[in-house]
Amino acid sequence: MFKKILIANRGEIAVRIVRACREMGIRAAVVFSDADRASLHVRLADEAYHIGPAPSRESYLVIEKIISAAQKAGAEAIHPGYGFLAENPALARACASARIRFIGPSAEAMEKMGSKTAARQLARAVGAPMVPGTLESIATFEEALTTARAIGFPVVFKAVAGGGGKGMRQIDDEGEMAAGWRDASSEALSAFGDGRLYLEKYLVRPRHIEIQVFGDHQGHMVHLGERECSVQRRHQKVIEEAPSPVMTPDLRRAMGEAAIKLARAGQYTNAGTVEFMVDADRNFYFLEVNTRLQVEHPVTELVTSLDLVKLQIRIASGEALPFTTEDVRIEGHAIECRIYAEDPENNFAPSPGKILERRVPSGPGIRLDDGVYAGWTVPSEYDPLLGKLIAWGSNRSEAISRMRRAVDEYYTTGIRTNLGLFRRILDSRDFQAGAIYTRWLDEFLKIPPAGVAKSDHALDAAAVALALWHLAQNGASENGKQAALAGVSEWKNEGRRDQLSRFPRH
Amino acid sequence: MEIAEAQGKLNFAIDGRKLDADGLEVAPGIYSILIAGECFEARVERQGALLCVTVEGQEYSAEIIDSRRLRRGRGGGMEAEGRQQVRAPMPGKVIRVLANAGNTIEANKGIVVIEAMKMQNEVRSPKSGTVEQILVTEGQAVNSGDVLAVIA
Repeated sequence: MFKKILIANRGEIAVRIVRACREMGIRAAVVFSDADRASLHVRLADEAYHIGPAPSRESYLVIEKIISAAQKAGAEAIHPGYGFLAENPALARACASARIRFIGPSAEAMEKMGSKTAARQLARAVGAPMVPGTLESIATFEEALTTARAIGFPVVFKAVAGGGGKGMRQIDDEGEMAAGWRDASSEALSAFGDGRLYLEKYLVRPRHIEIQVFGDHQGHMVHLGERECSVQRRHQKVIEEAPSPVMTPDLRRAMGEAAIKLARAGQYTNAGTVEFMVDADRNFYFLEVNTRLQVEHPVTELVTSLDLVKLQIRIASGEALPFTTEDVRIEGHAIECRIYAEDPENNFAPSPGKILERRVPSGPGIRLDDGVYAGWTVPSEYDPLLGKLIAWGSNRSEAISRMRRAVDEYYTTGIRTNLGLFRRILDSRDFQAGAIYTRWLDEFLKIPPAGVAKSDHALDAAAVALALWHLAQNGASENGKQAALAGVSEWKNEGRRDQLSRFPRH
Repeated sequence: MEIAEAQGKLNFAIDGRKLDADGLEVAPGIYSILIAGECFEARVERQGALLCVTVEGQEYSAEIIDSRRLRRGRGGGMEAEGRQQVRAPMPGKVIRVLANAGNTIEANKGIVVIEAMKMQNEVRSPKSGTVEQILVTEGQAVNSGDVLAVIA
């Protein structure tokens, strides 16, 4: 087992890995840029090494600096976390050259499975289902018609030369084919200068469901069940959960087997995730592979009672997987909310700055994978993820009510967060029914928020708070206090209009 | 709001209506307020020229108008930190832009002038720093809460 690991990351995932090291008696060495000297991962680590100015390309992304820090620390292994260099084969190779163990798959496995096209070729080779469709452009309308009938409606015409919705036409039945073929082609021609089209099955309200896999160096492979990640804003995951509300034992078995087959074909080792799209009929289609530990790994940990970071470390140090897929039990339900320093009212623009006051939730079923603390300044150079709030319940309904309670307990001042967004989502009928799909949140956000019912006295309480604030600002001395008390005589409230048109938020 | 002190206790009234209220600051800017026995937690933060008070997850913008004009130059010594968005305190029309992107600016210096209800209101910078962005132009209509500028 390693005596010391260098963590090539920052923020909440660096804290996560420090914690696993602590529990295993391994010394945790971390790296930090100029912006992160005071950050939580440095405070909690055993050793810390400065690696440069704040911009990532001058610090966290510089392989030489990472290797150099590991050598200085005498670390036997490097854990890359997620993002940054986690899926960069060059880091894996640099570790091999420096005789430092990389806690993740080999560079070759990364290359084989990480590239979208390479992975699709692999998927085809092992017979994993992919979205049915043509792999090349269609020459004639007759060919389009034959293909569409073979795929089954609804289908979608897509432009060969580009995306962004241009040159796309959804076709629900044969009667729409001629117009679709004509319009999609002309739109593609004017947008990209190339009117060629291809055809794919149109997935109605697809769900994003991914399978966690693990491989050891002795050739064993397991899967730990699925995570549903369909609540996304512009393709960014916002809420994840395990298990999926639409999963059945048969589907889990089929998807798990497909994921394992794919991972074996890629000679994959350590932690990985195989992503699928699942349609309304529970057909699943391979999407891509993530050759790293994922942000949302805690929901799997909570329902399986496994520690995935420790498992990564154990596998990297040469241990065999201590269980088989059949041994894995899924208990209860877990939901994760990604808490970001962003302003939902300003199109979710990042909101860096100093965190002044903070209360974080706790109590039954609540886990917080935190990366910040009150008094710390969230830098603008990085993804503004503050941490992950995860709730576990004995069933999905309890997990939702626990998360809802936790979101109410959580506040920060000094920065904006996206907490108000989670209240809205968790209160929605669709989410509570599990009726979500990848574009659901984008559609949901187009609807203006309903006015939130509130107690009669809430405005009075707001007024009292403001009065107390004002008194504290102006009344230090006894005389000053008397003067201020006489002076505060009216206040103006813009709130009544605001509450009808704005997000509730922290 | 009228506040009176009697026997060491503060009594509050709004427009003559007496409140059965008990308020306590439990952490800087964080208040536990009891109104007729009902519990509220309120948070007060500066947001540019305005104050922002959050109760039960709902956020309100507010301005304290002290009839004796007790307002201090730097708002009691608290200057906003980090990147700040300066918002319109009321709906109106931008009649003058006083700063440009790239300018350095001092706390409390004017950024734009908004006209509303025949009165002109100078919206000021909450901190010293650099004007990162000016998001409005002269003649533009703004709503309450619209972001006018960003100060870094």
